[in-house]
Amino acid sequence: MIAEYGHIALIVALCLSVAQAIVPMAGSFAGYRTWMRLGHSLALGQLVFVAISFACLTAAFVQDDFSLQYVANNSNTLLPTQFKVSAVWGAHEGSLLLWALILALWSAAVALFSGHLPLVLSSRVLSILGAISVGFGLFILLTSNPFARILPFSPTEGGDLNPLLQDFGLIVHPPMLYMGYVGFSVAFAFAVAALIGGQFDSAWARWARPWINSAWVFLTIGITLGSWWAYYELGWGGWWFWDPVENASLMPWLVGTALVHSISVTEKRGAFRSWTLLLAILAFSLSLLGTFLVRSGVLTSVHAFANDPERGIFILAFLGLVVGSSLLLFALRGPVVQRQQGDIEVVSYSGLSREMMLLLNNVLLVSAMAMILIGTLYPLIADVLDLGKISVGPPYFNFFFVPMTLGLMVAMGFAVFSRWKKTDAQMLRQKGMLPFLISLSAALILPLFLAESMSWATYSITAVITLGASFWVVTMSLEDLWQKLDRGSSAVSSRLKNLTKLPGSYWGMQVAHIGIAVCALGVGLSSVYDVQKDVRMVPGDRVAVAGYEFTFDSLNFVQGPNFGASRGQISAYKNDRLVAVLYPEKRKYEARNQVMTEAALDAGLTRDLYVSLGEPLKGDAWAIRLHVKPFVRCIWLGGLMIGLGGLLSVMDKRYRRRRKPRTLSTAQSEATAIEASAQ
Amino acid sequence: MHPLRKQRLQLVILLVAAAALVIGLVVYMLRENGNFFYTPAQIVSGEAPQSTFLRAGGMVVDGSVLRSDDSLWVQFKITDGVEMLTVEHTGILPDLFAEGEAAIASGKVDENLVLQATQILAKHDEKYTPPEVADAMNAAYKAKQEDKKEQAGSYK
Repeated sequence: MIAEYGHIALIVALCLSVAQAIVPMAGSFAGYRTWMRLGHSLALGQLVFVAISFACLTAAFVQDDFSLQYVANNSNTLLPTQFKVSAVWGAHEGSLLLWALILALWSAAVALFSGHLPLVLSSRVLSILGAISVGFGLFILLTSNPFARILPFSPTEGGDLNPLLQDFGLIVHPPMLYMGYVGFSVAFAFAVAALIGGQFDSAWARWARPWINSAWVFLTIGITLGSWWAYYELGWGGWWFWDPVENASLMPWLVGTALVHSISVTEKRGAFRSWTLLLAILAFSLSLLGTFLVRSGVLTSVHAFANDPERGIFILAFLGLVVGSSLLLFALRGPVVQRQQGDIEVVSYSGLSREMMLLLNNVLLVSAMAMILIGTLYPLIADVLDLGKISVGPPYFNFFFVPMTLGLMVAMGFAVFSRWKKTDAQMLRQKGMLPFLISLSAALILPLFLAESMSWATYSITAVITLGASFWVVTMSLEDLWQKLDRGSSAVSSRLKNLTKLPGSYWGMQVAHIGIAVCALGVGLSSVYDVQKDVRMVPGDRVAVAGYEFTFDSLNFVQGPNFGASRGQISAYKNDRLVAVLYPEKRKYEARNQVMTEAALDAGLTRDLYVSLGEPLKGDAWAIRLHVKPFVRCIWLGGLMIGLGGLLSVMDKRYRRRRKPRTLSTAQSEATAIEASAQ
Repeated sequence: MHPLRKQRLQLVILLVAAAALVIGLVVYMLRENGNFFYTPAQIVSGEAPQSTFLRAGGMVVDGSVLRSDDSLWVQFKITDGVEMLTVEHTGILPDLFAEGEAAIASGKVDENLVLQATQILAKHDEKYTPPEVADAMNAAYKAKQEDKKEQAGSYK
């Protein structure tokens, strides 16, 4: 019965979202305040019912109810309980239910924390969010119902969760990623509401900014976790494959990053207005496109575990409707928004100004997104046009992405020092001198010490460029910080006292920018100094890799909860001193009879030792992959820092002003908006 | 010209130039780095280009996997049901690589029409067959059926 309750709750939630889509919007045009307020309660009600539905599915998993098709396909009695819970979002149907739950969470958050917004705006935002959940609710109920039964002949044992997904990474990665994807729906709803109302100004930007920033934080953390999961769980030490599904998450992130920057211009200077709106629409459209690419199975991908053309068509139609209607609205209403308060002084800026720097940032980020989009969709288009089956490899993506990132980093250094309206070029040159010299010397000297031997043969130009760009960003940021701490007295002690006085958004920018540098350092150095050896070893063998000696001590059989494994013991020595003992496994999961490599790693800030068992060869011999990966951990450390930066910015006091009674001016603008829309 | 207009014009010119540059490069790089997929039949018949990077896929033929005793060299055959293609590779094979299962190999075809693979991909899930391989097998199966029909017709 639990499953039926879940199904009914989902249907109720759909009905509530239909009401949420229609009533507040109609109320905002007709000027009925009660109708507009209803959106808030409907959003909360929808959350309650989607949560009930989600809880029912979780209960079905925990109780091993294999009469549900979805549970039977993705769970097993032997599956450990924490994985039974995470198996809820391990495949298509459940992950869509998670989507719906997270959308309901965001809508409820908007309903609860929008008391300071004009009612017309908040009701329209909620109405648009309601319309999106109608789309997803219909999608789940019509094409991918997780509560479908197999009756009367239901299996007694389930098919088990894909072993690759039986991991801590899968418990946390999808919810984080979805929080980000779906979070952009709030940005989208704000943008569409602004277009409908024709009211779009600094106040709007200040309201929307914390929402956009928090969605972006979740997406950042989600992508970082995904990359980390791929690194240790796929078993072969790669952390980014330019796989279509990875690209699908990176594209909204790039546009989201552009949006986070452009909205600051809109807030502080009133410029970039229609551009900001367009980015908000684009970020959510790309999130939907990502869902389409992942869930329709149109692209060959490690993530395309299941595919179904009917679902693909539904999402494509939904995507077309959302993108088409919002762009049409943008085309019709964008000029209205742009003209409003279009004082020429407000938007003018010179060639060398913070606005120009942020524009450069936006152009680079959006171009990077565009080239990833082309590379990802090209095989699909070529297939449709019968040009042959093509796959676009990493060289294409690296060729564009690496120089663009370097360009961004160079600009980033200058951007922190630049001023609104106009920056003195002389000043930039002066401030940049010391960081430039430090970065140049670090870039030229450090590669000598990082390589295995101090010789020109191992001197790497890539390392020079990576180090130069990273040091440049860090030193420029630190110099700016040092200068900002000078508030009347340049003594060191008084500067340190000022540390707490800088606003959260400033700290956010600093931490995120330094995070980019740390991440770039990890990417660059680990790709240059990574040493990998595939070797054939019998117990007792000793192999040297990049200054470490690995010995294959022994091989045992171990029994896990739902798998049996061959477990090797491999010791790593440096200068004859034991550094680590590693236990890589080759597991065989019983339910699916599927073999999986479980790598063993010894993690460190400056290097990871990474060992995985390949396959058994003749006799006692095994194929073994030994990896020494310098600085690889910096990639995810940087990613986390970028997320932390965003979080600091969200928590900036300026956006958490206590609820004030509605001021005269907002009440007036609300009244005029109602009048205008009623006409 | 009005300073604002001038500024906008500069911006537009900059954007157009950047877009043109990027599009040109994208088209070039896609041509350089797009790897085509070929079936074993296309490669064995010499239809596929030699010494260009490409991908080939099919089912691993039962009993065709040969291993070296003292290195990680391995040789196996893949088939689309029509022809068999020999693949050689040095390294570790993926977990789900097995005889009778689908695999995709990427690398270059040498003068003996052997694919020297730098990477071997197998499916990630035991129920999943890569769409290219499924298509190739279907096409090969149809071709075979038609051949049989023709042969049957000629016997009559």
